[in-house]
Amino acid sequence: MDPSRKRKIRLVVALSAAVLLAAGLVYTSFNASSEAKEPSQLAGSNPNQTYELTGDVVPGSIRHSGDQLDFRISDRDGSHPIPVTYTGTVPDPFRDGREVIVTGKYQDGTFVGERDSLITKCPSKFTTTTSGQSS
Amino acid sequence: MEFVLAVVIVVLVAWFVTAPLRGRPRQSDEIDPGVAELAELEARKEAKYRQIRDAETDHASGKLSDEDFKHLDRELRGEAIDILKRIDRLRPPEAHGPS
Amino acid sequence: MPLQVHHHDLGAIELTILGSVLLAAALVCALFAAGAAVYGGRTGDRRWVDSSRRAVYSVAALLTTAVVILEIAFVRNDFHFALVADHSSTTTPTFYKLTAMWSSQEGSLLLWAWVLSLASSGVLYITSRRHREIVPWATAVLAGLGSFFIGLMIFKAQPFGHLDPAPAEGVGLEPLLRNPYMAVHPPMLYSGYVLWSIPFAFCIGALIARKLDASWIRTTRNFALLAWTFLGIGLLLGSRWSYEELGWGGYWGWDPVENAALMPWLVGTAFLHSVMVQEKRGMLKVWNVSLISATFCLCLLGTFLVRSGVLQSIHAFGASTVGGPLLVLIAVTAIGATVLIVTRLDQLQPERRINSLLSRESIFLVNNLLLVGMAMVIFWGTFFPLISEFFTGEKHSLAAPWFDRYVTPIGVLLVLFTGIGPLFAWGRLSSGAAKRLLLWPSIATAVTIAVLLTVSDAGHHVWALLIFAFAAFALVALWGEFWRAGATRHALTGEAYPRALANAVGRNRRRYGGYIVHAGIALTLIGIAASSSFQTNRDLRLQVGQTAKVGDYTIAYRKLTADPQNERIAFAARLDVTRDGKHFATLNPARNYYPTQDPTAGPIGRYFMGDSTSEVGLKTGAGGDLWTAFQPDLSSLNPAIVRGNRELRGLPPNAQGLAIIALAQHYAQDPPPANFKVIVNPLVGWIWIGALIAVAGAIMAGWPALESRRRLEAAYRARLGRELGTATPPN
Repeated sequence: MDPSRKRKIRLVVALSAAVLLAAGLVYTSFNASSEAKEPSQLAGSNPNQTYELTGDVVPGSIRHSGDQLDFRISDRDGSHPIPVTYTGTVPDPFRDGREVIVTGKYQDGTFVGERDSLITKCPSKFTTTTSGQSS
Repeated sequence: MEFVLAVVIVVLVAWFVTAPLRGRPRQSDEIDPGVAELAELEARKEAKYRQIRDAETDHASGKLSDEDFKHLDRELRGEAIDILKRIDRLRPPEAHGPS
Repeated sequence: MPLQVHHHDLGAIELTILGSVLLAAALVCALFAAGAAVYGGRTGDRRWVDSSRRAVYSVAALLTTAVVILEIAFVRNDFHFALVADHSSTTTPTFYKLTAMWSSQEGSLLLWAWVLSLASSGVLYITSRRHREIVPWATAVLAGLGSFFIGLMIFKAQPFGHLDPAPAEGVGLEPLLRNPYMAVHPPMLYSGYVLWSIPFAFCIGALIARKLDASWIRTTRNFALLAWTFLGIGLLLGSRWSYEELGWGGYWGWDPVENAALMPWLVGTAFLHSVMVQEKRGMLKVWNVSLISATFCLCLLGTFLVRSGVLQSIHAFGASTVGGPLLVLIAVTAIGATVLIVTRLDQLQPERRINSLLSRESIFLVNNLLLVGMAMVIFWGTFFPLISEFFTGEKHSLAAPWFDRYVTPIGVLLVLFTGIGPLFAWGRLSSGAAKRLLLWPSIATAVTIAVLLTVSDAGHHVWALLIFAFAAFALVALWGEFWRAGATRHALTGEAYPRALANAVGRNRRRYGGYIVHAGIALTLIGIAASSSFQTNRDLRLQVGQTAKVGDYTIAYRKLTADPQNERIAFAARLDVTRDGKHFATLNPARNYYPTQDPTAGPIGRYFMGDSTSEVGLKTGAGGDLWTAFQPDLSSLNPAIVRGNRELRGLPPNAQGLAIIALAQHYAQDPPPANFKVIVNPLVGWIWIGALIAVAGAIMAGWPALESRRRLEAAYRARLGRELGTATPPN
């Protein structure tokens, strides 16, 4: 077999392998992902499905009782507060009004967070300053 | 005070940046092409020498068979000679000193 | 009269205006540089090219002055500067005042533009007499980028905004950033991003000028190496910070912002290797121009992701004004590079073909595929929420386990190749030599597998087992390379072995520095594999005096101490750790509570309603780390806080302070049970050690030769020159 034909065969094999791997990747990613929702979108969701819930912590709603953390989460504009119960690591920046992401299931009107799935976003660093610039 | 400073800075920058444009016809333009290309060829020569030495080392440590090394070495040395010839054409012919 | 009263204010405000003027002048210079460079490139008129270079130098000088003005304002607590008022305060330590500049959008853009101007000036100075066809276009690209970022500052995120009247006190620095790692991490990362623009600009210049030999690569090689190193250091600092400071005990979470820095680093690694193939064998030219373009686009993408709010992440923030323009820049860069590459394909044809699989060239090609493949997997996973929304209308996101699952196999193969690559030679490796070279590393692999299977439960963690096995392969292979270098030279020159090794390595710092980098990476991967697969992670709830067992360790919670300060209140737990009955360590994990400026929290409550940070209790060792974090339960303080807010409202701050101190100390005497997270992390320290070794190797590879070394080289070159001069041309 002359070299250029060998090269073409290698190329075809490599490309086919790449396409197969890519297809596998795409397929599994749709299966493995969890849908992202905001509190206002939770109504009527499947109680057996895991969602990634993003929203703001309602001020005054944080309660620690033993291992368990209870709080309410709302949309960014404060509407649709939903109670959340969660056990596991509570990130340092977790506080009233902070934006959080928690993964879990929505059952009987309460969002039950998976263990250690709570992420709190760092407070705004990269919005333009709000101290009333006059330039 | 800061206003004066700002004006001074702007004037200085404008003077500095436009200096090459204000007359001063540069005869070095004729020499320049040669200088630039010579530097480029010298860099390529260095790289080629490095490759020749790497091949020698690989051969000495047994990675390249005698036959493969001969083939590679001949190829690299041929390329090096081409570069040396082009350097000679740019420089006035002189004996090869330490280069 | 009003003029006299406000004279001081007016002076300070003029300083901010001076800063803005400097920025405006820098923008004009940068635009001029771009235009003059293009004109000079098209007409060949050297004067315009020289003028454009001077304009770039001027941009650097102007931006340096602007940065100095801003830093002085930070140090002097000049709250006329809006940036200083929003990110610093009189109580911020001086070191953090200096680093606060880049904790903001505006300041970080200034940093980007400033480093870009310095690096551009550097490369233009070095090439002022060379590469006459490429330099004008490269200058135009760099000046264009500079104009973009300066323009972004002037029109979207002004660093020199002023406040009139200036507030008496600033907001202060975000507590999470009051950490040496976090202070240095942004400049490292940005330097990495910016420095990749240099080889990219020269690549574009080479494409435009159709000068597609290896000269653009050679000129910018050290900048590429420096970019790779800084980006790597940035990644290292970020993960070390996460491990040491945040309360979750991990060092990598596959968060979009982490991925945004990793992707260009991976593709940049591929670029650094792939260009060697072009330099030595004249191949992979299309790969190289594509890799550097992809690396730089990913750098811009990384800069964009942190500022856009486009993806949910720990770091991404709400819609910011600079996201749009950055996205346009990325699109223009990607499309422009693609068009240039496609129209120059005829000049990017390889000079040779790969004729043997047993060659370094083919290894590097596989390496390209693995690294780019890994970057693509990470890219897919990072942007999946947007991709899925585009196709299905729903946002789906992928979490860390998915990334782990698909990145790990590629990582395993890469570890193997860090060992195979150095073994192979340029050109065909004889099969006898191949067998000989692969023997000892393969034995090491087999022995490692056998030992681990018998003495540990590594059989249940297949990927970790493979990483250990292949890392053993790599380390033995690399050791062999060093040994062979010394032995070969010793045989050739008769020098004593140690001297022979030193000379052999010193003469080829690039190669052996690279091998050291490989060794460092292998060690890092060992650390990652061990600490991921063999970790013990427990959440405990302990009362003072209680004990718990985690892995081989017994943890006793002895007491809680309170340390109330003006800046913050700290609660610390004292843990005595024993192993096999013997005292192992005393750990003091703590939690700091910073006061909030929010007036609704009340004079007492504000210390407990603000930000809090963790102080990790960490015992490091060669065999692993014991990591602890502490979360006290402050809910029992709530009644006292409410009462204190009400009753102590009118009192002077001193009295309120005394009340807070009393409250904290009373709590420490009889605290409720607290939550602890305890992690036993085997071999995690090797991640940092390996990374530092890799950085040292990179520095060694890029370090210019000493004068004595150069004289030795000259002798060799002279000999070779004579040989070539007398050689008959091969026909």
